[in-house]
Amino acid sequence: MTMVALRSLEPVRLLAERSRWRAAEFVFWSFVVASYFLFPGYLVLISQILIAGLFALSLDLLLGFGGMPSLGHAAFFGLGAYTAGLLGQMGWGEPISGLLLSGIVAGVFGLVCSLFLSRLRTTAFLMVTLTLGLLLREFANRWSGLTGGDDGLSDIALWPLFGVFRFGLSGHTAFWYGLCVTFIVFLLVRRLVHSPVGLALEAMRENERRAVALGISPRLMVIAIFTLSSAIAGLAGALLTQTTSFVALEVLSFERSAGVLIMLVLGGVGTLYGALVGAAVYLVARDVLSALDPVYWYFWLGLIIVMVVLFANDGLVGLSQRLQARAVRRWEAA
Amino acid sequence: MTDPVLFTQGLCKSFGALRVTNNLDLRIEAGARHALIGPNGAGKSTLVNLLTGVLKPSSGRVWLNGEDITRLPAAERVWKGLSRTFQVSTIFPRLTAFEAVVLAVCRRERLLRNPSRLLSGCKPQAEEAWDFLGRFGLTGVADRQMGELAYGQQRLTEIVLALAARPKVLLLDEPAAGVPAQDSEALFSAIENLPRDVAVLFIEHDMELVFRFAEKITVLVAGESFREGVPAEIASDPDVRRVYLGDEDDE
Repeated sequence: MTMVALRSLEPVRLLAERSRWRAAEFVFWSFVVASYFLFPGYLVLISQILIAGLFALSLDLLLGFGGMPSLGHAAFFGLGAYTAGLLGQMGWGEPISGLLLSGIVAGVFGLVCSLFLSRLRTTAFLMVTLTLGLLLREFANRWSGLTGGDDGLSDIALWPLFGVFRFGLSGHTAFWYGLCVTFIVFLLVRRLVHSPVGLALEAMRENERRAVALGISPRLMVIAIFTLSSAIAGLAGALLTQTTSFVALEVLSFERSAGVLIMLVLGGVGTLYGALVGAAVYLVARDVLSALDPVYWYFWLGLIIVMVVLFANDGLVGLSQRLQARAVRRWEAA
Repeated sequence: MTDPVLFTQGLCKSFGALRVTNNLDLRIEAGARHALIGPNGAGKSTLVNLLTGVLKPSSGRVWLNGEDITRLPAAERVWKGLSRTFQVSTIFPRLTAFEAVVLAVCRRERLLRNPSRLLSGCKPQAEEAWDFLGRFGLTGVADRQMGELAYGQQRLTEIVLALAARPKVLLLDEPAAGVPAQDSEALFSAIENLPRDVAVLFIEHDMELVFRFAEKITVLVAGESFREGVPAEIASDPDVRRVYLGDEDDE
């Protein structure tokens, strides 16, 4: 090979390596599909995991890649959930258009919020998002004529998917619907992360002053990414409504905002897969622990989280990547 | 005299009662090698911040390439052709040097407006970034995270990042500060080989660097332009020696 060819090959290889699909990713998604056949009795739980994972993914985009911590992300999740619920109550039960509309509503609200939030960073950002979440919850609680208040929304009509697949109690349709939506959004987010925009986001997270010196406008970046993240959170909320035919006030709660943050930390911030893994571990652990110890299960869950943060502060995905890298090094040395 | 590519008109900046920049008229010619020196507290850092848009002036104007940029935010000044480096190494610790330069090139080509474009599809940008790194002898460390690079390499990468924006004016804020002696020659030769079509304004304490590269020197004292001239004039000016160079001799 000539030197010229080598020279032009190296940089392109470096960039392609960054976004290459890893074997572990194929294994991961194959396992998700296989879980339909492996755990037929747990389809409802798996759907919940997919929805929570999608919600955590929206936060990962914001926190893991943009470096913006939010403690009020349930505001957008809840907005999506209520939009889907109200559409169903008003007689529009077509799932896909309802889903998209819910995402748009949450995204537009996110856009409006981001115009103010884009001037804030770190703790101030955290506190304002927290307040935003609490305000929206209280607003939904008071405006019970529209939201049903504490009783939530029920009687949500949902038409069969593509006019064929009914959302039943068995959870078959919910599983495939949730999986498809989550996978499509995941693909789009993965693409974004491996685009120049994704690189600019990481640069902002790493050093905003330096990013500005490259000509990256921090304000525009925050607005764009917050809007997108809100829209994805809204999609997740709408999915929850559509797969359960019910909206509880809890979708807007602080516990949900905090819970999704814990899932993300558990799985690994800034890894994309950490969102899904964290959601799975959190929800399965909650299920198992609350069966084993109905009174103190929260304590055991807390203990697991503390252990993960202590011994793998890059989360379970980060831990597995480090173990894998070590194994490869040993194998190469041998 | 040719039109200056960057100039200020009556630039003032006060912090409360303290006037840090005082009615400054600075002219940077196209392709200049212009050094800004002055004792500590002369207002050099404030001037850098006023030029780059980190601070807003109390009064006065900044012009770049015939355009008034006084009110433009920092990022937009980069779009117009004003790049900078920082006094203290300011890097992306967890991005590789290559990723950072690719980002700088992509930003310049406005690819940040197109989220559907994948990085692996940015072949011309990647090759340009690689060329930039090659010119500064950095391809060997291109795939290392910037945080792992030696300090001298970090400083060089910063210059590459600034150049990748294809600026008309490059502002080097104490480029040699903190660079160990064995690395400084690589840095000096990099500065010496900066493209001639880029005007370079450098703020520097290292007099060796100043007298080696500068074709024009402005001495800043108490926020005002105290003297301006070619290096030989400045070096032989008794007043300059007294306020600045003399201080160095005393140390």
